[in-house]
Amino acid sequence: MRIELRDIRKYFGPVKANDGISLVLEGGRIYGLLGENGAGKSTLMKILSGYQPPDSGDILFDDQVQNFSSPKVALGKGVGMLYQDPLDVPPFTVNDNYLLGRDNRVVLDYKSAIQELQEMTSRFSFELDLQSNIEDLSLGERQQLELARLLVGGAQVLILDEPTTGISAEQKDVLFDSIRKLAFEEGKTVILVSHKLEEVQELCGEGMVLQKGKLVGKTELPCPNEKLVEMMFGQVPERGERTEFPLGQPVLGLVDLHVTTYRLSIRDVDLTLQQGEVFGLAGLEGSGQRILLQACAGLLHPDHGKILLSGQDVTGLQYHRMQDKGVGYAAAGRLEEGLIEGLTLAEHVELAKPKHRFFIDRSQLNTTTESKIDQFQIVGRPDSTADELSGGNQQRLLFALLREKLKLILLEHPTRGLDVRSSNWIWDQLYQRREDGTAILFMSADLDEIFERSDRIAVFSGGVMSRVLETKNTSVDEIGHLIGGQA
Amino acid sequence: MNANRWIRWVWPAVPIAGALVVTSLLLFFFGAAPLEAFQAMYDGAFGDQAKTLSVLAFWVPLLLAGTGLLVTFKAGLWNIGIEGQIVMGAIAASWVALRMEAPSAVLITVEILAAMLAGALWAALSAVLKTRGNVHEIFSGLALNSIAIIFTNYLISGPWQPPEGGTFRGTAPFQPGALLPLYENSRFSPLSLLLAAIAFTLVVIALRGTFWGLKLKAIGQNLRSAFLLGVSSEREMILAMMLCGALAGLGGAVRTLSWFDSLRQSISGGIGFMALLVVMLANYRMFLVPPIALFFSAVLSGSITLQLRTQLHSSLGGILTELMVLFVLLFGDWKKLGVFRKKDDDG
Repeated sequence: MRIELRDIRKYFGPVKANDGISLVLEGGRIYGLLGENGAGKSTLMKILSGYQPPDSGDILFDDQVQNFSSPKVALGKGVGMLYQDPLDVPPFTVNDNYLLGRDNRVVLDYKSAIQELQEMTSRFSFELDLQSNIEDLSLGERQQLELARLLVGGAQVLILDEPTTGISAEQKDVLFDSIRKLAFEEGKTVILVSHKLEEVQELCGEGMVLQKGKLVGKTELPCPNEKLVEMMFGQVPERGERTEFPLGQPVLGLVDLHVTTYRLSIRDVDLTLQQGEVFGLAGLEGSGQRILLQACAGLLHPDHGKILLSGQDVTGLQYHRMQDKGVGYAAAGRLEEGLIEGLTLAEHVELAKPKHRFFIDRSQLNTTTESKIDQFQIVGRPDSTADELSGGNQQRLLFALLREKLKLILLEHPTRGLDVRSSNWIWDQLYQRREDGTAILFMSADLDEIFERSDRIAVFSGGVMSRVLETKNTSVDEIGHLIGGQA
Repeated sequence: MNANRWIRWVWPAVPIAGALVVTSLLLFFFGAAPLEAFQAMYDGAFGDQAKTLSVLAFWVPLLLAGTGLLVTFKAGLWNIGIEGQIVMGAIAASWVALRMEAPSAVLITVEILAAMLAGALWAALSAVLKTRGNVHEIFSGLALNSIAIIFTNYLISGPWQPPEGGTFRGTAPFQPGALLPLYENSRFSPLSLLLAAIAFTLVVIALRGTFWGLKLKAIGQNLRSAFLLGVSSEREMILAMMLCGALAGLGGAVRTLSWFDSLRQSISGGIGFMALLVVMLANYRMFLVPPIALFFSAVLSGSITLQLRTQLHSSLGGILTELMVLFVLLFGDWKKLGVFRKKDDDG
């Protein structure tokens, strides 16, 4: 089946998630869809799978215009999407789950269902025990079940959203083999959405790169990683002039740090940051940068290894103790992690103060808030709520809430979604903090930002931190190699 | 946009009107005249002084429980266990009333403090199960409600049974000095209303004007962000639950020391659950809680007269109040209804 997307547009308020994307997908091929977070991949795939309608633009199957009102309608037309988190129902058996998505009759036809499932699983050499409970299955096995369900549902186009997150290498091979079989032997169209360049290189015949809602490049695969990185992040300009700042005493010391989360672990991190230093963490989303930042903030605790703050061992201290010791943390999700919907700016300022009185002095609070609003150039009043602010102003508020005289500031995507002027302004503010001897450790998906702002850079790939690079002695090529997971 | 503003002002009346219409339809269905029925209800609640005093006596514990729930709702907690906290307060007050001998003023003070402490501890159990054991407060609350009621039954049929022999009805009447001073011949104690008014005022001040109230608001809106801003949620959650429990326990003491004169099997009579409905109907707006609680107790007192005069069952009052809550939950927030959403997107 030939699929054509014509000038697909989808806006969320001022955000152009998809800004006129046109694509042609042929049957029997495997496509890789690439792009940094927020580039519009998920939105586009949700539109193709009927999860949400586009604002404008057409979807054509074999030159016929389609209108999908729901994922079910889309599956009826042959589009199936395998989500990152399987949509099965845990307390049921494999068989029950399979029937749940299929059988619309009152009396369930177990016999033929088992037969269908067995045929399907043996065809792709999946090893599924049909009577076991979903809870006992690994993520990879649940994925196989989901895939079988889509195929029996008649999927001709398969969309796989980050399918290898959290599954074993062996299961990955089985999955990739079955994908190849589906495409090359059965002529199905497969779209792989992934952050992992190696996988895309391994599996796909053609790569398509989205950036800020637009299709910015197509290439035959495999190709050099640097080419993909360049398409994803844009041309990285030469480093601009930045005032050198004399570095002081060591502030943060990480010794042989290991941190485990259920998704990913980081290992063997050794790092020292000095007063006034700006250190950038590059890498694809979910490679371990955020885990490192959260460990330094006291939000995650290391399995072993040490965290030193100005020479003092602070390993295992809780976040609030770390705050008191002079560590500030600003997460990426503004209204999820940092700001509170429905609370006013003044209330935020009051909450973030290090010391409090029993009664709130409203008039004094208003004065303090006014001066913060002035200082951080926030477009809002003390009694505006955080959700009334625009994204850029929310970001400014988040910075306004960081305490004064910090030793260490940890930032996730400090300027994501901001225009150039606002980004520059935020970094000017951060540079001023170096005068207090503050060190800054930040992660960003924007390579420009990392190159322009950091003194030193490290790259994360699959939980492993690369060697530390001096920004002035490194190049896009080198970073590209490291992001792709090659040493 | 004038239409929008107009709708916003009038909207709170919609669920109430809806409930009245549905109740009227029910009455028609059973062949009764709605107006006559509502008149009977009104007469039953405010027909004479004794009836009005009875409404007030029922109002006070309901108001205390509702005031406590304002605190827990602010912190985003569903304190379903309030019923059990009322019962434990009543038990503690009864224990003092049965076992202690002292001048009336001392006795009443100790009873009230014991009741508040018992309610607070019972609530703390729910809170700690939530923060440490990851048990949702709704489930622990339901379990603790049952335990409290079973404990009452054990006490009145076992160790505290009246000397003339155990029944499941209650303990023997307390010594007169242990009871709250009543207004004339009613079950209404002005002292209890004074305490409730103080409690309500203090809670309003705490939630509006203190840093603690702001922390509760932050926790209730977004636990994660509140934590990142520096609010330790565990302590505040436990304190919020304990404050609510203390007020509920006080309500329990008022029930046992003025509405009754002994510890009874159904000492709370569902006041805790009713208070949840009151606060939901008030849509968490603090100053609506006292009048709505008063309305509830009027409807419930009125429905007894309704039954006597029209042969309609007194549960009609319950149907009316609960329909209102249902309508508030369904239509309370007109913005969430699709009806007024703009259709012309290209406009």
